[in-house]
Amino acid sequence: MLKRGIAILMFGLLAGPAVAGVLPEDRSDALYHLYVGGGVEIDGPSILVRKQVGKSVSLVGNYYVDYVSSASIDVVTTASPYTEEREQYSFGIDYLRGNTTMRANYISSTESDFDSTTYSFSVSQDMFGDLTTLTLGYAYGEDIVGRSDDPTFSRDNRRQQYSVGVTQILTRNLIAALNVETATDEGFLNNPYRSVRYLDPNVASGFSFEPELYPATRTSNAVGLRARYFLPYRAAVELEYRFFVDTWDIQGNTVGLTYIHPMGPFTFTVKGRYHDQTSAHFYRDLFPRSQATNFRGRDKELSELTSYTLKLKASYQFVDENKGWSFVKKATVTASIDMISIDYHDFSDLRAGAPIGSESLYQLEANVFQIFVSLWY
Amino acid sequence: MTYRAIGRMLFLITSMAWLAGCTSIEPWVKPYERDRLADPIMALEGDPVSTAYIQHVFEAREGARGGEGAAGGGCGCN
Repeated sequence: MLKRGIAILMFGLLAGPAVAGVLPEDRSDALYHLYVGGGVEIDGPSILVRKQVGKSVSLVGNYYVDYVSSASIDVVTTASPYTEEREQYSFGIDYLRGNTTMRANYISSTESDFDSTTYSFSVSQDMFGDLTTLTLGYAYGEDIVGRSDDPTFSRDNRRQQYSVGVTQILTRNLIAALNVETATDEGFLNNPYRSVRYLDPNVASGFSFEPELYPATRTSNAVGLRARYFLPYRAAVELEYRFFVDTWDIQGNTVGLTYIHPMGPFTFTVKGRYHDQTSAHFYRDLFPRSQATNFRGRDKELSELTSYTLKLKASYQFVDENKGWSFVKKATVTASIDMISIDYHDFSDLRAGAPIGSESLYQLEANVFQIFVSLWY
Repeated sequence: MTYRAIGRMLFLITSMAWLAGCTSIEPWVKPYERDRLADPIMALEGDPVSTAYIQHVFEAREGARGGEGAAGGGCGCN
């Protein structure tokens, strides 16, 4: 679950802010990211370079790495701590013709036991005096899932994503975006290492583990709405909402509220995010017996959960756009922290070895740090 | 939300594109009135690398995915 969809997410990155009729700005970003929480540490760089070629073409490339060191609750209770590295390259091209922008992207991600390739294409069109931007997108991806302890193990996935987005200027102070996305996956969709727990009277603990088995298909639909408002003084507030539903019976609601306040060369951002979801129909914290159902999973991300995030972000502009420096028109350095807290409503913490039925529920606290430099040229 | 409801929404959005070709709608926010929308603090996707990364984090930790992007991050004021 952790790996799927990464490439499709990066499709959004390469597509960038899709302002039809105008190519994206030439810019480069060098970012360092660090995730710490739940016994997992993931860090690495992400480098993006975007450059216009001629009057109607913009090229973009991204290099991204995850260095993972994991002793998560899943690993501690059913496996051994591990380290791994994921490396991702992506390239894209934007072609502008009139009020239409066409984009094509290629993304390749590799790690020791998982390879992923994604191709995507989208078209954006400005309409109604440039008040409206409509974007249609399609992405196709293929994954090869392996096991580090079994070189003969190899399974395939196919992913497709369809999206329609509209960005609308509503007033001189208000802009809104509606995004509708359908994604469908087919193939080996579970984690080859993860296990489910079932009652077993033949062992002292009272339970044993067996491999997960997920359905071979999943289709999800998401509708997201965002609106950003310029306040009476120079600051902005954004409200966002997303509704999510899939064929595994997961239904989710996500709400976010952001406040952005510039102060001289600084820009400060505070964001609160809330997410709540139901569980997949084949999820159980404890199955009554071995192979109790046709499909079975104990992936805590598929369980009923509520997640809270507080983001604090500060950006400092050290090259002013009115002065510039050498070939650089503008430059900023930005640091942020996202403090994430997730309450799992049906996922027991087995680490204490408590008797069945008296285990406490697991709770995750994680911090996500980012620091990045952005140059416009 | 049912597939039928999503289909209706897609139809409405696509119809807007067709309508754009055969009607002339007067922009109610003139280009010279879009200075605030052009302010960087109004950019819906101001930091694409950072946004993609944090969306990846949430997708890895939650069961939901997609729908959080923006069709256009700018103000259409160029």
